[in-house]
Amino acid sequence: MDLKTLTEINAPAGHEQPIRRVLIEELRAKGFNPYIDRMGNVIVVKEGTGVAPRKRVMVSAHMDEVGLIVTGHAEGGFLKVTQAGGIDPRVLISKRVKVGDDNIPGVIGAVAIHLQSAADRARVMGYRDITVDIGANDKGEAERKAPIGTYISFDTPYVEYGDGYACGKAFDDRVGCWTILRLLEEELPCDLIAAFVSEEEVGCRGASGAAFSQEPDIGIVLEGTTCNDLGDIPEVAQVCKAGEGVAVSFMDGSSIANRDLFKKALEVGEKEGIAHQVKASVSGGNDGGVIQRAREGVPVVVLSVPCRYIHSPSTVVKLSDVEAQFELCRALLKTF
Amino acid sequence: MFELLKKVLSPVGPSGLEAPVAEVIREEIAAYVDTIEVDAMGNLIATKLGKAENPRKVMLSAHMDHIGYIVTGFEKEGFLRVTNVGGIGLVNSYNRHVVFPNGVHGVVVAQPVQGQPALKDLFVDIGAQDKDDAKKMVQLGDVCVYANDCFRLGENRVSAPAMDDRCACTLLVKLLQTVGETQDTIIAVFSVQEEVGCRGAKVASFAKAPVVGIALDVTAWGDTPGTTQPEIKLGEGIAVKVMDRASISNPALREELLACGEKAGVKTQREVLPFGGTDAGAMQTSRGGIPVCTISIPCRYVHSACEVIDMRDMDAGLKLLQTYFN
Repeated sequence: MDLKTLTEINAPAGHEQPIRRVLIEELRAKGFNPYIDRMGNVIVVKEGTGVAPRKRVMVSAHMDEVGLIVTGHAEGGFLKVTQAGGIDPRVLISKRVKVGDDNIPGVIGAVAIHLQSAADRARVMGYRDITVDIGANDKGEAERKAPIGTYISFDTPYVEYGDGYACGKAFDDRVGCWTILRLLEEELPCDLIAAFVSEEEVGCRGASGAAFSQEPDIGIVLEGTTCNDLGDIPEVAQVCKAGEGVAVSFMDGSSIANRDLFKKALEVGEKEGIAHQVKASVSGGNDGGVIQRAREGVPVVVLSVPCRYIHSPSTVVKLSDVEAQFELCRALLKTF
Repeated sequence: MFELLKKVLSPVGPSGLEAPVAEVIREEIAAYVDTIEVDAMGNLIATKLGKAENPRKVMLSAHMDHIGYIVTGFEKEGFLRVTNVGGIGLVNSYNRHVVFPNGVHGVVVAQPVQGQPALKDLFVDIGAQDKDDAKKMVQLGDVCVYANDCFRLGENRVSAPAMDDRCACTLLVKLLQTVGETQDTIIAVFSVQEEVGCRGAKVASFAKAPVVGIALDVTAWGDTPGTTQPEIKLGEGIAVKVMDRASISNPALREELLACGEKAGVKTQREVLPFGGTDAGAMQTSRGGIPVCTISIPCRYVHSACEVIDMRDMDAGLKLLQTYFN
């Protein structure tokens, strides 16, 4: 298994089956017996090597990615769509997509520049203006090939380029899934509850059930997060920087990190010489919020890989940051 | 109660960093309760066992956390960039004195901008020479709050920054100290992270599974020039909430609490708040759901550095709650 394979699987929020199938196969091949709950979360508990009672640490990453979903059909055979997870419609125009489980090729259409008025050019196109063209001849054919509710994913191959960068889709949060797969190969003192969760992009719905059922003592959320290190952006607004290591969050829109865990993550990074940075923005939300507030409460911390152009068909990460996420999480787990 | 209030107001305790507040409260209540615990999120939970054969578990929740500014960046000249933790108003921020838990002081300043300023246009001056100097004083993610400045205003009123919700914490401490033997078991929760979405009360109410929940909080005012809503007046009694954005109070519980006020001979006010919410919202939908209500202390200029309450309303609240449990 590698990051390329994981990111190229199409599984928008609510339609995690394609990635779930691959993960289950992989986990079984590694000798684990994954448990699939009713929200479609995939959970593996690996006993630690420490003396009982051991800490139960849930490390979670979400399987789903942002995508589109068919809401209707237009005369002429075009698909009307809306988002499954937050996507800026400005990044959609003229992108190639894969439609449904048969991966039907499609393209998101746009009105040619020749035909736009000055007012059109000043306006941001929204989901009402966008259609997906799958080469259907008429409405009936479109309805048969892609009925309402069909999911659509970006058609973006994984490419490594430049000085250790990779471009692709769904790094948010296949990087986390990849890191968990690697953590499962490690000997750790604590019990590792590896949770591949569903539906994060539509409101952290999967993790809520997983944290309730697993009752962890500690939660570590592995994520891909925003990074705005783009040339002319003032340094105080850059959030975090690709290439400067795994980002540790003190607070985001959904949780305030447990202070002791936050400090411990930074200390471990310092001590082990693992590249890390503090995420310098209070924005977004993730599974940390629902895990923290499951049952009687769980201390949580979020470790993220900085992702440029996140939630778009072309997201960029630096692979050394993915490595740093793995190393910092492993080092942190060894302290429990 | 003023001396106790001053003590509870003094620790620096922004949302997520409430431990210093819990320490002060623990000392005050230790002799009056059966058990005290701190949960995974930092809630301080004190239990006072009831004398009834099968006592009801009644949860009272007052939040310890205080709104603040969290450091998100450093300018090269040593100024801090910040964003809000909880509901910080821009106008209330201008040129305020703030303090960090480690004792570093600062002044919040808005830089001149074209058009409407936003929180991102604020900076905090901590007297640093440059960025490196500033980083020695505070770190990314550190949180400052309005520096404590507690003073009497006229005969009955008191102003302080953290009145929301330390005055209710004080009320709850005072209740535990004075209520004596009760039939009900009182689960007194000094909760965390209310200002960012009632996060502490949610897990505490799951853990304790009470059958009744009462939040103790402040409410807004409608008795100053140009402000008429909500219809709440300082000094006109303790408020019993009918509704806010997070919960609709259980009508029977609400009427019972109003009746307790009458029985205790104190003034009460009915409160309908068209905005805001309290820990009651989190308690109400915990597990299978429970009846909840909020007892509110009227408070002018909520979420500013000068939050003003009337001690007579505090006394009314104390007597109402004593009556409820006796």
